Amino acid sequence: MIILWTDALIYILVLASLLAGFFICRKPHFKRPLKKISASKTGMISLLFLMFFILIGLLDSVHFKETEGNSHEIISLLDYWAKPLRTQSEKTYSAPFSAYLYSKEMLVLDDGSKQWGYSRLVYAGAHLQNPETEGCSDIVSKALVGFGKGAVLVILFMVLLWSYLHDRHKHLINSSTAKAVWFVVFLLISTSYMLVYLSGYYHVLGTDKVGEDVFYQAIKSIRTGLVIGSLTTMIMLPMAIVFGIMAGFFRGWVDDVIQYIYTTLNSIPSVLLIAASILMVQVYMSNHAEDFNSLIVRSDMRLLFLCLILGVTSWTGLCRMLRAETLKLREMEYVQAAQALGVKQGTILIRHILPNVMHIVLISVVLDFSSLVLAEAVLSYINIGVDPTTYSWGNMINGARLEMARDPVVWWSLLASFVFMFGLVLAANLFADTVRNAFDPRRAEQGE
Amino acid sequence: MNNKLLEVKGLEVAFKDEVVVNNISFDVYQGETFALVGESGSGKSITALSVLRLLPTNARVSAQHILLNEQNLFNIAENDFCNIRGKRIGLVFQDPMSSLNPVMTIGEQIAEVLQIHFKYSKAERTQAVFDLLQQVEIPEPERRINEYPHQLSGGQRQRVMIAIALAGKPDLLIADEPTTSLDVTIQAQILQLLKSIQQQTGMALWLISHDLALVSNMADRIAVMQQGKIVETNQAAEFFKHAKHPYSLKLLAALPSMDSCIDKVSNIDQSTLLQVENFKVHYPIRKGFFKRVVDHVRAVDGVSFQLQQGKTLALVGESGCGKTTLGKGLINLIPKTAGTVLFNGINMSSLNKAELRQKRAEIQIVFQDPFSSMNPRMLVADIIAEGIKSLHPDIDSANRQQRVASLLQQVELPQSSATRYPHEFSGGQRQRICIARALAVEPKLIICDEPTSALDVSVQAQIIDLLKKLQQEKGISYLFITHDLAVVAEIADEVAVMYQGQIVEQGDVEKILTQPDHAYTRTLLDAVPRLLN
Repeated sequence: MIILWTDALIYILVLASLLAGFFICRKPHFKRPLKKISASKTGMISLLFLMFFILIGLLDSVHFKETEGNSHEIISLLDYWAKPLRTQSEKTYSAPFSAYLYSKEMLVLDDGSKQWGYSRLVYAGAHLQNPETEGCSDIVSKALVGFGKGAVLVILFMVLLWSYLHDRHKHLINSSTAKAVWFVVFLLISTSYMLVYLSGYYHVLGTDKVGEDVFYQAIKSIRTGLVIGSLTTMIMLPMAIVFGIMAGFFRGWVDDVIQYIYTTLNSIPSVLLIAASILMVQVYMSNHAEDFNSLIVRSDMRLLFLCLILGVTSWTGLCRMLRAETLKLREMEYVQAAQALGVKQGTILIRHILPNVMHIVLISVVLDFSSLVLAEAVLSYINIGVDPTTYSWGNMINGARLEMARDPVVWWSLLASFVFMFGLVLAANLFADTVRNAFDPRRAEQGE
Repeated sequence: MNNKLLEVKGLEVAFKDEVVVNNISFDVYQGETFALVGESGSGKSITALSVLRLLPTNARVSAQHILLNEQNLFNIAENDFCNIRGKRIGLVFQDPMSSLNPVMTIGEQIAEVLQIHFKYSKAERTQAVFDLLQQVEIPEPERRINEYPHQLSGGQRQRVMIAIALAGKPDLLIADEPTTSLDVTIQAQILQLLKSIQQQTGMALWLISHDLALVSNMADRIAVMQQGKIVETNQAAEFFKHAKHPYSLKLLAALPSMDSCIDKVSNIDQSTLLQVENFKVHYPIRKGFFKRVVDHVRAVDGVSFQLQQGKTLALVGESGCGKTTLGKGLINLIPKTAGTVLFNGINMSSLNKAELRQKRAEIQIVFQDPFSSMNPRMLVADIIAEGIKSLHPDIDSANRQQRVASLLQQVELPQSSATRYPHEFSGGQRQRICIARALAVEPKLIICDEPTSALDVSVQAQIIDLLKKLQQEKGISYLFITHDLAVVAEIADEVAVMYQGQIVEQGDVEKILTQPDHAYTRTLLDAVPRLLN
């Protein structure tokens, strides 16, 4: 097993959130908000989608060296299981579910004569004799079979789980939220199984310029999106919170220094900073070539540095908002009452200020998460984003951009990255909304 | 004169399933002053807004009829309703600052109403605005006409609001708590103004208030509202002589009376707890590029007083006189500019940081606004235990919980309160929690900064009783900051009257309230609305 830098950080992050979750579950007064989250349909379903994305991202974060044959490529668990998707590449573009290439070429017919036309794909639809006539019905029947197999699997699993839950936790089966969640689980697993099953015979989302499966690219990009969203936030958050609250609470020279830092940082174009730091990393890597001997290690390093520099440039907005809110809060009478009670300033910051700015933090983290995923796409466009060999939605969009002018248009790369990005960002937004509602005691009463 | 102007019958207002106004009926006659009295949440403002159709769309309003001059208001289309609002019925709200548009001059805002309701030429309109400003007795109307709301004082803003309400020459003026956010001297002026305008124009005045004393000076007829119902309607004179309904009697009994200070048994002289000498808090005014200090705002300017152990000193004054700044300055929430504070014979400024932290336990503060004085994200038990945790870290959590439980008992709250959040409590209950928080560290002095002014009268009386009880049990001293002289009479042993950062008069409560020396004290006392007996 090989642990890349971002892998290690992801493991730490997962461990930390598990610990935090455990800690939260044990505190008695967190029970009510947690109950509220678990009762919210939107919240639970978006959490489910998020977990699904995270699961794929985690599978993609367990790397090892493939020892099969003579290749010594570093691959992840996801790559290992999606081997057919990874290896079955065509010559160039092909449309979703198509059995033909998307561009004409010189074909050599059986009788030796040459003809200008669309050639058959090497892998997709290769089992068909006559794709024009059989294609449609074959796709539908394969989809049904795939869905059916997935459904049987998930129903089996659910029945087992239900019989276990039936006696102890009736509400996990009977409440309306639980029913909705079970239904979405069923749909999600069956549909994914169907897609995987279909991918054995077709390119469900077509292929790109070099013939790589777009569905595979989109799935691989999930990890990149999550890494950029979460690691950058983790870097940005402590800075924004510590500096913002300190500036607002202590005022005076502390405020002046922090304001000076972030105005300065803000006035440098962030693209410049990012470009410079990416260049630095590349120079460093080429000077220490022996430490970065494989492609994946190099691109991983670049991804990590991108997160770092994005984090350093993006904390200023949140910091400013937190400073303003703290300025307001420090005049609140409960802060003054705490001062009158002789509570130490550090304790006041943590106990009175921090919890009351958390809603701002939560909202802007989610918004930032979405905008970071999108920023990655923009940066990849000017070639200072992730490494061109890294799978990312940005790179996919960037690749598809050039083909938008083509007639007939190549739309599937764009659509795939859009759908996946949209799904991730929407799920994150909806879930954060539920969490914010549940943890605000003033809203607890109103209920839904 | 005795025609019915407004007749409301069977009015009901509900939000979702919650009925806030429950089948009420009342009449307002031409030229009279009708007062609708009730505590907060009783539905009195909702009643007024529902007559004017100003309620949010999720409100369900139903009634047998609402007749204005025998015209059913329910039959009027929304478009034509503009001729009722502002023209036939004028409305004055409680908070003049938020009811005026900050980016329009007051002249424009008054002219706006005139433009809607009358076809005046420009010159006529300007003249009409000018007349209105004169009618509401704003000094120098020709200058004020071009000023913005922030340039006016609170009383003047309320006068502008009244001018806007009068612009349409209404038959009925609804005044919804018109003086609640104003100082007592300004309040007297505004009420006087309303009375004189009513006499001039002969319009009817529908006054909505929580203050029975104020109403007793103004109203011809009174209706008392409780939880969405009108429990008693009567002629004012009759009402104050023989109120019938138990709730009316309770409201009347809860009114703090100025006479309660007379013949107060004064404790035997005890040792001095707090001695303040020449206390000053100045705020620098900075100007120019280098932020040079050009002048100071003298918020508190050389105040000296003494407070005996186990007694209550009331610090009285109007808003902006520096009484709150003084209170906060005494416990170092605001840095003082000069002066000495001797607490129990110890000079507070000679203490170092750690000693000061411990000493702070002996002076505590209870704030005015029970809604912002507790962290909304902390449980009540944690709020009360905060001081114990910080000043006595040696007490373990079991003992701490025990102390919290006994404190809750002292302030007469149920034990189940401990695991709830502050927003689940009413204003009065919150103030009890704040008192418990202050008591937790066993203080010798509690600075009460207007602790009752955000509360209803009946709740106010309960809190004052609680404070008195605690004083008897524990011998705590209070520095009671307030603008309300009636409350002073209830609780104080001594009074200090503050005016523009200085104490103009101080002495025994009975002497100050009955034979004041200083002219300002007399003005204050005269302005207080009293029940006519």
